[in-house]
Amino acid sequence: MTVTENQAPAQPEVGRARRRKEDQRLITGRTRWTDNLQVPGMLHLAMVRSPFAHARITAIDVEAARKARNVVAVITGQDVKDEQGSLPNAWPITPEQVTPAHPPVAVDEVHFAGEIVAVVVARSAAEARDAAELVDVDYEELPAVLDLKEAAQDTVLAHPDLGTNKSALWVFDSKEAGTGGDVEDAIRQARDGGVLIEREFRQQRLIPAFMEPRSVLVDPTGEQITMWTATQIPHILRFLLAAVLGVPESKVRVIAPDVGGGFGGKLQTTPEEFIAMVLARRLGKPIKYTETRSESLLSAHHGRDQWQKLTLAATKDGTVTGFKVELLANLGAYVALVGGGVPVLGAFMFNAIYKFPAYHFACQTVLTNTTWTDAYRGAGRPEATFGIERMMDELAAELDMDPLEVREKNWIKHEEFPFTTVAGMEYDSGNYEAATARAKELFDYDALRREQAERRERQDPVQLGIGVSTFTEMCGLAPSRVLGSLDYGAGGWEHASVRMLPTGKVEVVTGTSPHGQGHETAWSQIVADRLGVPFEDVEVLHGDTAISHKGLDTYGSRSLVVGGEAVVRAADKVIEKAKPVAAHLLEASVDDLEFSAGRFGVKGTDKGLTIQEIALASFAAHNLPDGIEPGLDSDATFDPVNFSFPHGTHLCAMEVDTETGETRMRTYVCVDDVGVIVNPLIVEGQVHGGLVQGIAQALWEGATYDDQGTLVTGSFVDYTLPTAADTISFVTENTTSPATTNSLGTKGVGEAGTIASTPCVVNAIVDALRPLGIHDVEMPCTPERVWRAIQNASAGSVDETQRDTAPHFDPDQPNQDTPDPEGGAR
Amino acid sequence: MTRITVTVDGVEYSDDIEPRTLLVYYLRQNLGKTGTVVGCDTSNCGACTVHLDGRSVKSCNVLAVQADGHEVTTIEGLAADGQLHPMQQAFHESHALQCGYCTPGMIMQACDLLKDNPDPSEQEIREGLEGNLCRCTGYHNIVRAVQHAAAAMRQGTEAPADSAVPAAGPGAPEPATAGVGAAGPEMPPGEGAPVSAGSTGEGVTA
Ligand code: FES
Ligand code: FES
Repeated sequence: MTVTENQAPAQPEVGRARRRKEDQRLITGRTRWTDNLQVPGMLHLAMVRSPFAHARITAIDVEAARKARNVVAVITGQDVKDEQGSLPNAWPITPEQVTPAHPPVAVDEVHFAGEIVAVVVARSAAEARDAAELVDVDYEELPAVLDLKEAAQDTVLAHPDLGTNKSALWVFDSKEAGTGGDVEDAIRQARDGGVLIEREFRQQRLIPAFMEPRSVLVDPTGEQITMWTATQIPHILRFLLAAVLGVPESKVRVIAPDVGGGFGGKLQTTPEEFIAMVLARRLGKPIKYTETRSESLLSAHHGRDQWQKLTLAATKDGTVTGFKVELLANLGAYVALVGGGVPVLGAFMFNAIYKFPAYHFACQTVLTNTTWTDAYRGAGRPEATFGIERMMDELAAELDMDPLEVREKNWIKHEEFPFTTVAGMEYDSGNYEAATARAKELFDYDALRREQAERRERQDPVQLGIGVSTFTEMCGLAPSRVLGSLDYGAGGWEHASVRMLPTGKVEVVTGTSPHGQGHETAWSQIVADRLGVPFEDVEVLHGDTAISHKGLDTYGSRSLVVGGEAVVRAADKVIEKAKPVAAHLLEASVDDLEFSAGRFGVKGTDKGLTIQEIALASFAAHNLPDGIEPGLDSDATFDPVNFSFPHGTHLCAMEVDTETGETRMRTYVCVDDVGVIVNPLIVEGQVHGGLVQGIAQALWEGATYDDQGTLVTGSFVDYTLPTAADTISFVTENTTSPATTNSLGTKGVGEAGTIASTPCVVNAIVDALRPLGIHDVEMPCTPERVWRAIQNASAGSVDETQRDTAPHFDPDQPNQDTPDPEGGAR
Repeated sequence: MTRITVTVDGVEYSDDIEPRTLLVYYLRQNLGKTGTVVGCDTSNCGACTVHLDGRSVKSCNVLAVQADGHEVTTIEGLAADGQLHPMQQAFHESHALQCGYCTPGMIMQACDLLKDNPDPSEQEIREGLEGNLCRCTGYHNIVRAVQHAAAAMRQGTEAPADSAVPAAGPGAPEPATAGVGAAGPEMPPGEGAPVSAGSTGEGVTA
């Protein structure tokens, strides 16, 4: 759109820190969470779940439950085995992938503790739960395989009928792909006079732990069966409900009302959704199910859970020559919706921002008798970033170089973009130098390095570690052709409609499905600029397949980059549609019109009409040019040609008490390049939240099982989410290299903080402990783990006799020491 | 069944309930006060926080019968006369919410915190909110919001406003009477968080 000199445009909306439109209902409690909804005659479900990780169901006695007060039905897997279908895996990563059938209610065998074996339907949720206690299930316990490495040995089988735990082996090799050399050559050369770093890292299992427990309500009483559900993916869910259950897609309407967070955890088609659908149809009654937190932690999919065997080859001057990645990835008991695709996403990111000439990636996915795993914020990319960023620090330590220096030596210089990587990705834009320079400045890197040296010098029991993470990620999932080439079951496009209402108001329909990201605000800003209408006049509609009939939903930092571009294109089509109408009404030629700030003006005159006036004229349709349809509404479906590649430099200072193993975060600075920013407030919020999730992986969180396969971290008492008191304030800033693959130049920000921060924190802890001969601490780096690492360190500990009087942590002191640099966002 | 009489957000209710009913389910299911939500089953998350006689409680940890004869304020009763509470306003201004699921509990707890300590340090805020989990915001902006609200409530002025968004939009409980930038409620220093105000419910008295 053109901006003329004499019509000073209003302040552009894009780039403005608009307060969110979504907030009003959320801060006043006038929300529509799924569990808030009531439908007359609604029945409630309670699930009977297996306490065993692996067992044969020998008998289920439901009689007592069936007779309990207000119980309507009790259903077992046998009862519904012919109508419940099998939960889908949309991404078989190889043609040979071993994929166990996944009945929503287990039929004769259970494969993880928490799996549903029976369902009680009652008039109230409390009565359903009471009756569920009365269901008597006889199990014959089978040997369970819980450990990932052990599972890969195939000695005990998670699914005996499959004959193996190995689901799929996915390999990328730069020599075979023609994108680089032979990694084995590089390793040989490094062994012979170069540097070879070999490490094995553990990516522990995490639980997404969105704050709103999942809830689903199915009402079968209308022409369409309506499902309200706490999901990130109403469109995908609708398609799969139809495809799996054989209900005509046109008879299913899925609504994601207000959804309380997802982080990948609600990127799933769940057993509970399928059961609610099946039972609502069978009983002809509305049915609701809301999980408890314990059920959520136990049975909603988990994330991460990998062993990473990494081999990095370099020359003695610190130039990287090859990277070999061998992963074992735990699928849990079933191959989930994205399933093995999650670690495969990491295949394109292990090489990160560095110019590796040779690269090999192999990922073996493995079935175990644990909760299924799938996407969790970052999905494959945090694991990859952790691996490479830890390895770059190891290389720096090996060569006694500064970790930033070794990175700079190997990263893609800003003038080298666009750059095709050894993994075959074309990075369109970026400036690692600029982000790093600014981050160092905000962090006061040199001063902290000096302090570190002093503390080392005086053998302070509290050592200082400086963590570095210069990450990149791929966002904007995804070009449909690329997904096709990877055997993913769907495309990666996104859809939008812009409707010009006769009163001049604008409705924007998006196929993305926000659950906290603020799309209503950001999309309004985009459309307000594009059409020159007030921000307040734009209404953004989403998350209901009857309104937003077409879309691929929200995950993978795709919404703005792909969905936002669809909105831009739909808005531009509105302008194109309006143009001949404007010309006709203004009695001018189309070529003499210019559109600016919401108005079509005739060049060289003061004649003009606003887009709202044209919308009304087009609605009335009294005076339209011949052959022009009434209405300006327009649709666009955008399929990206490439991913986008945000990047950033994160720096973190951790104090580590070498006597107790306690750690304390002092400062965290990040400078992220997420392309053009639509709303800086929202971007900052995404970064903060992402950082804490990534930091939590480094320091606190981890899902663990006991020897029997019972989830030990099955409540918020044991699965320790960080609180306000555990965390600090962050310094966040941005540099901007616009993406070249969409009109706005955006790159996506939803996962950046999580991807970057985990290795940054662990690098800091390891950096603090390096003088003790420690080069890894397994996550989460709890005081106990840190303490043990210190005890086990061969280099011995700080000399007791030489200790200075530096203070230990004072629990009453503020948990931070954040610098206050000029311009740092606080 | 036990008969209880409870004043919730300024309205008196009388109901026969099962003695085991938790306050949060009484609010949500019997009264339709779904602004108060449930996030856990171990009293760890704080999503269900309300005020009972002016002090914050986790309503999943209180039986409805324990509220018999008492006053409850939920997030839905915090705004008074169509005017957002300064804490609600500050959460909006500071972008202290994303999905908003933790927000009602967080706001109620933050109000309680300021009642004891109208001028808390950052660390005091962080510790005061320790019982409320948020998975989205990383707490950074929540802390900012509480700082802004504290300042606004001490000075009797609105939290710093930089927005054209109406404070009370179409979803507001009352017809919008105040936009951003309108004067906040006058509040003498030290009075801090909302206190019980009889039959009009607990809210800020402007
Ligand atoms: S629901 Fe009350 S503390 Fe979690
Ligand atoms: S805003 Fe989503 S949990 Fe706090």
